[in-house]
Amino acid sequence: MTLSCPNASLSPSAHGAHWTVLCQRSDLVAYSGVAAWCDSSDGAHQVALFYLPGQPTELFAIDHHDPVAQANVIARGLLGDHQGEPMVASPLYKQHYRLADGQCLEDPGIQLRTWSVAFDQDRVMIAT
Amino acid sequence: MTTRSDSATRDTRPTLIVVGNGMVGHHLIEQLVERGQHHHYRITVFGEERHLAYDRVHLSDYFTGQDADSLALSTADYYHEHGIELRLDEAITAIDRDSRQVRTPQGTHAYDRLVLATGSTPFVPPIAGNDRDGCLVYRTLDDLDAIRHAASTATTGVVVGGGLLGLEAANALRGLDLDTAVVEFAPRLMPMQVDDQGGELLREKIEGLGVQVLTERATREIVPGEASRLRMVFQDDKVLETDLIVFSAGIRPRDELARECGLEIGERGGVVIDDHCVTSDAAILAVGEVALYHNSIFGLVAPGYQMAKAAADTLSGGELTFTGADMSTKLKLMGVDVGAIGDAHGNRHPSAKQYRYFDQLQQIYRKLVVSADGKRLLGAMLVGDNGPYDTLMQYYANGLDLPVDPAALILPSNEAAPALGPDALPQEATICSCHNVTKGAISAAVDAGCEDLSAVKDATKASTGCGGCAALLKSVFDHELSARGMDVDTSLCEHFAHTRQQLFDIVRVEGIKTFSELMSRHGTPRPDGSPGLGCDICKPAVASILASCFNEPITDAAHIPLQDTNDTFMANMQKNGTFSVVPRIAGGEITPDKLIVLGQVGKTYGLYTKITGGQRIDLFGARLEDLPAIWSELIAAGFETGHAYGKSLRTVKSCVGSTWCRYGVQDSVGMALRLEHRYKGLRSPHKLKFAVSGCTRECAEAQSKDIGVIATEHGWNLYVCGNGGMRPRHAELFATDLDDQTLIQTIDRLLMFYVRTADRLQRTSVWREQLEGGLDYLKAVILDDSLGLGAELERQMQQVIDSYQCEWAGALSDPDKLKRFRSYVNDHRADPDIIVTQERGQLRPA
Ligand code: SRM
Ligand SMILES: Cc1cc2nc3c(=O)[nH]c(=O)nc-3n(C[C@H](O)[C@H](O)[C@H](O)COP(=O)(O)OP(=O)(O)OC[C@H]3O[C@@H](n4cnc5c(N)ncnc54)[C@H](O)[C@@H]3O)c2cc1C
Ligand code: SF4
Ligand code: FES
Repeated sequence: MTLSCPNASLSPSAHGAHWTVLCQRSDLVAYSGVAAWCDSSDGAHQVALFYLPGQPTELFAIDHHDPVAQANVIARGLLGDHQGEPMVASPLYKQHYRLADGQCLEDPGIQLRTWSVAFDQDRVMIAT
Repeated sequence: MTTRSDSATRDTRPTLIVVGNGMVGHHLIEQLVERGQHHHYRITVFGEERHLAYDRVHLSDYFTGQDADSLALSTADYYHEHGIELRLDEAITAIDRDSRQVRTPQGTHAYDRLVLATGSTPFVPPIAGNDRDGCLVYRTLDDLDAIRHAASTATTGVVVGGGLLGLEAANALRGLDLDTAVVEFAPRLMPMQVDDQGGELLREKIEGLGVQVLTERATREIVPGEASRLRMVFQDDKVLETDLIVFSAGIRPRDELARECGLEIGERGGVVIDDHCVTSDAAILAVGEVALYHNSIFGLVAPGYQMAKAAADTLSGGELTFTGADMSTKLKLMGVDVGAIGDAHGNRHPSAKQYRYFDQLQQIYRKLVVSADGKRLLGAMLVGDNGPYDTLMQYYANGLDLPVDPAALILPSNEAAPALGPDALPQEATICSCHNVTKGAISAAVDAGCEDLSAVKDATKASTGCGGCAALLKSVFDHELSARGMDVDTSLCEHFAHTRQQLFDIVRVEGIKTFSELMSRHGTPRPDGSPGLGCDICKPAVASILASCFNEPITDAAHIPLQDTNDTFMANMQKNGTFSVVPRIAGGEITPDKLIVLGQVGKTYGLYTKITGGQRIDLFGARLEDLPAIWSELIAAGFETGHAYGKSLRTVKSCVGSTWCRYGVQDSVGMALRLEHRYKGLRSPHKLKFAVSGCTRECAEAQSKDIGVIATEHGWNLYVCGNGGMRPRHAELFATDLDDQTLIQTIDRLLMFYVRTADRLQRTSVWREQLEGGLDYLKAVILDDSLGLGAELERQMQQVIDSYQCEWAGALSDPDKLKRFRSYVNDHRADPDIIVTQERGQLRPA
C-alpha cells in the first residue's frame, strides 16, 4: 500500500507534523533495514528504516540507537515477526523491538522512538 | 478487608510480627498468604536492611550485571495488596516476653505471635585488627557495595575462609580484577563437602584460575601493610600483604535478640526449635538460618523454606512439621563443579563401603558411599564434573535399588552409565528440593492442564529457587507429556513446527531454494492466515540449510534478509557497532608480503590488530562504510574471506610439521592447507574447527577440534567431535593410519552427515553425544557405509566444494551489493558515536 502525503516538503500536514523527504525507495532493502539521518527542529536523529513490500504496512521508521548496547545498530538487525507483528532483533544483545511502536518485547521499560513514514511515489517521506 | 491504617482502634485480630525480611522471612509471608492467614492476623514485618527481601543465593550476580531490583523476590505492592505492613530499614532491638512487646529505635509494638527470621551473619574470627579499614564481609547488597568501593582502589584481595561462601567471595574479587588469595584454616578447601583427595583436586583447579590458595593458615593479627594497605601475620610469623580482606569463615546465627530475652539457645548458638518451629516460648517461632533444629543450623535456603512452610502451618493451626532436611548440594564455584550428597564422607555409617574414581588428567573425582550390602546409596561426592549428580540424587533421596554394579554410576564411559530415566522414578521422587515438588505434583499439574513448562513452573513453583533442577524438570515434564500421548514440542520456533533435520530433508526432497517458498509451503501462518516473516531463530537456520544444499552466495537478494547481521556484512559486529575483518590465513601459513599488507591496511583504516587463538590475524574497529575498501586492498593482495562471521569452517590449525621440525613424520602444514581450502565456505549447523599435527606430540591440539588429524609413520589418525570453548570435550579416535585420499573421503562423509542431521547451533561434540548408538553407530555409517549413504554424502560435499566463491570478491564486483555498506543511505556523515581511545599503542573503543 502506498500512502500519499503532502507533496511539498516542510509543509505542515493536517496533524501539525512536517513531512520531509528522507531518501528514495531504491535506497531501501526489501525485508531488511537501512539507516538514514533525519534532521529536524528537535535535532539530528539516526533512523532505521524497514521495508516490507507486500505487507499491510510496508514501511517502518524506528530509532537506530540501541539503548542496551549503547550503539547505533538497530537497522542492521534481523527482521521478523512475533504473533504476526513485525519486529527487529538487535544484532548485539538480541532484544526484540516491535516495529509499530518500538516496544521492547523482553523489557516493558524500554521503548524505541518511532516516526510516521510513507511513500510519495518513489520518495520516502518522514513526519517530524 | 481491614487494613492497618483504619484498624488501629477497631481491629481485633491477633498481631503477628515477623523479625527479618530475608529469603525465609519472605517465604513465610507467601506461605501465610497462600493459607489466607493475612485475613486472620494483623501482620507487620520488620527488616533491618533497606532492601525488600532479595535472592541472596544469587547475590554474586550483583557483581556480574544484575541490579538490586532484578534480585528482588517480591514488591512493596505485594505486601500492600495483602494488607501486610512492611517496615524496612527498621531493626528490632529488644523483645520483652512478659509484656509481649518488641522495641525498635522508632517505638514499641505489641505482638500475639512473633517469628524470628533474622538469618545469620558471617563469622569474623577474633583476630586483632579485624576491624581495620578494608576488612569486609560478604552477605548483603550493602556489603557488596562496600567491597566494590574498596576494590576500586585496590589491586589485591584475600578471602579468609575456603568454604562454599569463601570461594564464592573469592570469585567475586577475581571478577573485580583483584589478584586474589584464599586463606583457609583447615588442611583443604571446602572441608565440609569434600575429602582430602577432592580438596586437592579443587585446589589444583582453583589455582589454575590464578587464585592463590593457602591452607592450614591461622591468622594471628592484621596490621597496616608496607606495599599494600594491610598485612596479615600468620601463626608461623609468615606474612601476606593485601589491600582488602573479606571474612567468610562460616556463619553465626543472629540469635542476639533471643539470647537477651532468655529463649533457649544451643551451645554453639541458634534458637532452639521443635518440629513446629516453635521456640522455648510458645508465642515465638523461629525459621531459617537463625533456627537450631536437633542441634543443626541449616545454612541453605531449601531447608529454610521447609521451615517457613511448617511455621505458616503452625500459625494457621495446622499439623505440618519440619523434620530436618537434606544438606546435599550441587555447586559450580569458579566454574568448578562440586557436589555432595548425603553422607559424602562416609563417616556416619561405619559399615559403609566406598567406590572411588579419580582422573587426574581430566581433573575429575567421584566417590560413592554405599550400604554394606551394596544395595543403597548413602552418600556421594563429586569434584570437577556434576554430570552424575541428578541421577545419584534420585537413588539417594528415593532409596532406589542400586544397579548390580554401582561403579558404573561414576565411571566415565557414557554408554555404560545407566542414566535414571524419568519413568524409573517413583511418584514421590523429589524433583525440585527448593520447593519440595515431587514427580507426582508435576504429573498432577499436567493433568490439570499445564501444557508448557512455564505453566508447570507457575503452578508448582518447581525450578524457581536455585534453578538446579531445571534439566530434570524438563525431562520429567517431557516424559509426562509423551506418556499421555501429547506431543513434546520440538518446533524450531513459532514459525516452523519442524526440527532442523526435518526442514533439511524437506528442502532437499522438494528442492526448495528460498525462505519464502519454504515459509508459504511449510511455515505456521500468521493469525490472519498470511505467511509469517520468520525470526532470528528460523531465518539463519534456513539460510544455513539452503547454503549447505545449494551454496548460492549469501549476498544474493533472496538470501540477504535471512542472514545474521554478521553474515549480512561478512564481518563480525563489535560492541560499539564497528566490525572486525578476518582474512583467511590457511593453516596459519603467511608470507612476509602478506603480513606487510595486513599492517598497511591496519594503519590506513585505524584498525586494532591482534593474533587470534585460531592462528590468524584479526583487524578490529572497521566502520561499515570502510569494509569494501579494506577488502578490495586485501583481495588485491591475494587474501580471501575467512568466514569468521559464519557458521562454517573457521581455521585448520597446523603445526610446522616434517618440513622443519625434527620430529615431524608428515607434512602437517600441507595437509592443513589442503583441508582448509577444501572445506572453506561449507555452511554448517555451527562453526567447524580443524587441526593437523605432524606427530604425536600434538602441537596443533588436534584432539580438541571438531576434526583432528595427527600424523603417523603410515599416514594419518583421524579424531572427531572434539570441542574447546564452554564445555571442552576430547575428540575421539575414529580411524587410524589413513592415506590422504581415504582421510578426505572420511571427512567428506562425516561432515555432510553432521550437516544433514544436527540441530541448529549444535557443535559436532554435542551432536555426537546425542547421537543414538554413539561412536559405534557413527563408525558404521561413515566407515562401513551401513546406511548406503556414503556416495550421496560425498557427492553433496563435492557440489558444495565446486560452487565455492569468495563472498567478499563477489560482493565487490556488484555495485548493488556494495550499496549495503553505506552507514546511512542519505548522507556521508560518519557515525559520531563511535569513539576510540589509545591503549598500548593501538585504538580501542572509548
Ligand atoms: C578472535 C577470537 C579471540 C582471539 O582474539 O583470539 C575469537 C572471538 C570470538 N569468538 Fe571465539 N574466538 C577465537 C577463537 C576461539 C577458540 C580457539 C580456537 O579456535 O582454537 C575457541 C575454543 C575452541 C572451540 O571453539 O572449540 C573459541 C570459542 C568460542 C565460543 C564457544 C564455542 C563452544 O562450542 O563452546 C564462542 C561462542 C559460540 O560460538 O557460540 C565464540 C565466539 C566468538 C565471537 C564470535 C563472539 C561474538 O559473537 O562476538 C568472537 C568474535 C570475533 C570477532 O569479532 O572477530 N568463540 N573461540 C578467536 C578467533 C579465531 C579465528 O581466527 O577465527
Ligand atoms: C553469597 C551467598 C551465596 C549463597 N549461596 C547459596 C546457595 O547456593 N544455595 C543455598 O541453598 N543457600 C545459599 N546461601 C545461603 C542462603 O542465602 C541462606 O540460607 C538464606 O538467605 C537464609 O535465609 P534467612 O531468611 O534465614 O536469612 P537472611 O536471608 O540472611 O535474612 C535475614 C534478614 O533478617 C534481617 N535481620 C536480622 N536481624 C534483624 C533484626 N533484629 N531486626 C530486623 N531485621 C533483622 C537481616 O538484615 C536479613 O535481611 C548463600 C548465601 C550467601 C551470602
Ligand atoms: S607436533 Fe610434532 S611435528 Fe609438529 S611441531 Fe610438534 S613435535 Fe614438531
Ligand atoms: S531444586 Fe532449587 S529450584 Fe528446584
